[in-house]
Amino acid sequence: MSYGMLEVLKGIDLSVAQRELVFIIGPSGSGKSTLLRCCNRLEDPNAGTIIVDGDEVTARRVDLNKLRQRIGMVFQQFNLYPHLTARANVTLALRKVRGLSRRDADETADAALDRVGLIDKAQSYPAELSGGQQQRVAIARALALEPKIMLFDEPTSALDPELVGDVLTVMRELKDAGMTMLVVSHEMRFARSAADRVIFMDKGVIVEEGPPTRLFKRPKQKRTRDFLRQVEH
Amino acid sequence: MTAFERFTDAFFNTEVLATYWPVIAKGVVVTCQLAAAVVVCGIAMGMALAIVRSYRFKAINFLIVCFADILRALPPLVLILLLYFGLPNVGFNLSGFLAVWLVLTLVLAAFTEEIVWAGILSVNKGQWQAARSTGLSFTQTLIYVILPQAVRLTVPPLTNRTIAITKNTALGTVVGVGEILNEATTAQAFSGNASPLMLGAIAYVMLFVPIVYFGRWIENRFAWKRA
Amino acid sequence: MEQFLTQFFNVSLMLEAWPIVSRGLLMTLLLCVVVVPLGFAGGLMVALLGTVEHRWVRWPLVVYVDFFRAIPPLVLLIVIHSGLPFAGIRFSPFASVCLAFFLNNSAYYGEILRAGIDSIGKGQVDAARSTGLNALQAQIYVVLPQAIRNVLPDLVSNTVEVVKLTSLASVVAFHELLYSAEMARSITYNASPIVMAAGLYILMLWPVVRMLSRFEHRISS
Repeated sequence: MSYGMLEVLKGIDLSVAQRELVFIIGPSGSGKSTLLRCCNRLEDPNAGTIIVDGDEVTARRVDLNKLRQRIGMVFQQFNLYPHLTARANVTLALRKVRGLSRRDADETADAALDRVGLIDKAQSYPAELSGGQQQRVAIARALALEPKIMLFDEPTSALDPELVGDVLTVMRELKDAGMTMLVVSHEMRFARSAADRVIFMDKGVIVEEGPPTRLFKRPKQKRTRDFLRQVEH
Repeated sequence: MTAFERFTDAFFNTEVLATYWPVIAKGVVVTCQLAAAVVVCGIAMGMALAIVRSYRFKAINFLIVCFADILRALPPLVLILLLYFGLPNVGFNLSGFLAVWLVLTLVLAAFTEEIVWAGILSVNKGQWQAARSTGLSFTQTLIYVILPQAVRLTVPPLTNRTIAITKNTALGTVVGVGEILNEATTAQAFSGNASPLMLGAIAYVMLFVPIVYFGRWIENRFAWKRA
Repeated sequence: MEQFLTQFFNVSLMLEAWPIVSRGLLMTLLLCVVVVPLGFAGGLMVALLGTVEHRWVRWPLVVYVDFFRAIPPLVLLIVIHSGLPFAGIRFSPFASVCLAFFLNNSAYYGEILRAGIDSIGKGQVDAARSTGLNALQAQIYVVLPQAIRNVLPDLVSNTVEVVKLTSLASVVAFHELLYSAEMARSITYNASPIVMAAGLYILMLWPVVRMLSRFEHRISS
């Protein structure tokens, strides 16, 4: 994938290989989330191109809804549909976009819920689930559409510390199963152990990138060093 | 005659009541028909307008806002008289029933549109993004994700508004619709006795007290759900 | 089209009717100035009585509020104006309207204010009582100011409804705006005076309606 945008994001050139987990860090307002949102065009970049799985997302005539099924997204605030059960949250797009029958959709949904370890909560409503469980349902919702890439927008930032682990475990399992992932997060320890590459962004540009061991131990840029020192304290 | 007897003779005269209760009953039927027609058409139209408005076409939305504002600022009786007495002069003959139905439907539609639109706006933006990110189209997102949540928020105010507007079916009496109030006042004039009017008033109370209770039940139930 | 214009937007007829209609407008304003404060005061009384836990206060109040919320205002007005004379009680149109509106409005304003009072936590009353204020003082000085602010949009929207409802007074021949316009229409056989009255209502209420919408949308978004 390659990007190139103005204003919030400037001259970003990034490609993510298959099965790669790219981790994006940076201070708030650095454009990390905007970068993710551009990938499935929840935000429209006013210039530049984004290519996902061979298709140009930014092309003027593109079936966005079809494309978005191949790009899973997980949000900081979960954004589960409060009026639907966990299972129905997952089946909605399967039935209405993919056109699966109710039975097939339920089957697919249950498989996805099973993957995140929540099959026994299929009939629960979001309000009856803990934050960590809600986020795992949200992951299942994206996963059920069999995406080629998953975007994680600060998936654990809204969670109580003791609930973060479950979500990270699911993400780790995804990685091990070969999912391509683009993760914006502050979980440095997770980055160290799971990421193939870490990107540090500030003020809309990529300041530095590299494998986690190198970037965390020996950052080249002063801005990266300052940021890491702040985060570690 | 004692004072009490004089009172019951004037307001709850069994003979008069026996003669006139069928007329009042006929009025009850008309009131119910009118109310049902207004509620169904008004809410359907208001919902449709709110949905159209969420597509945010500038020119269309301007018209919708104007419609909603004017219909909410005008007393319904003014519009009823305007249609009923004004239209025949330009060649449209509108029955009293149709005039009242049309006006109350439009008024209810205006209020429904505003309430549902406020409900749509109040649904968290993240819901739109989550749904769109799974490939649902704008319309699908609106129908399956946004509206079910919006409607839940709008049920209490919408119920109260609907009750208030339904009570306005009594305005039909001014343009000769044979609803409860009209039949009651006519019967009062014929019999020279206030009993039919009392019966009419009681009919209204019996019709609407359950609805008011229903409205209050809805309010409590949904207030609890939101908490 | 031209027929339509002369029937509904006949300017010269409107000008001719203006003296009558403007007098009606004045009466409508007068009516509002009387019935709105009266209804609000009644509503305050209903809401404050609603905070009393005693069942001999509570039940009559519930019956009162539900009864007057259930009965259409026009029915109430006609019962008062043409039913009560059978009991030897005769009111002028103005008095009938005032009485009907007082009964109806105190129930509606009362419900709104009660919801406002309910929205204020018990802690406020406890705090006020702990400093030595009595129950009524706690309501008046601590709870009500917050309650009224919480339900201000509902109060304003109900007031718009009350102003619109004053048009019902025309039915009992009180010479307010709609009555005057309707009189002018029946003399001229032309609907323009009613259109003018409609315009005046819009002029009075449209700014308020717009403000309410703005306010509602700002809260929700």
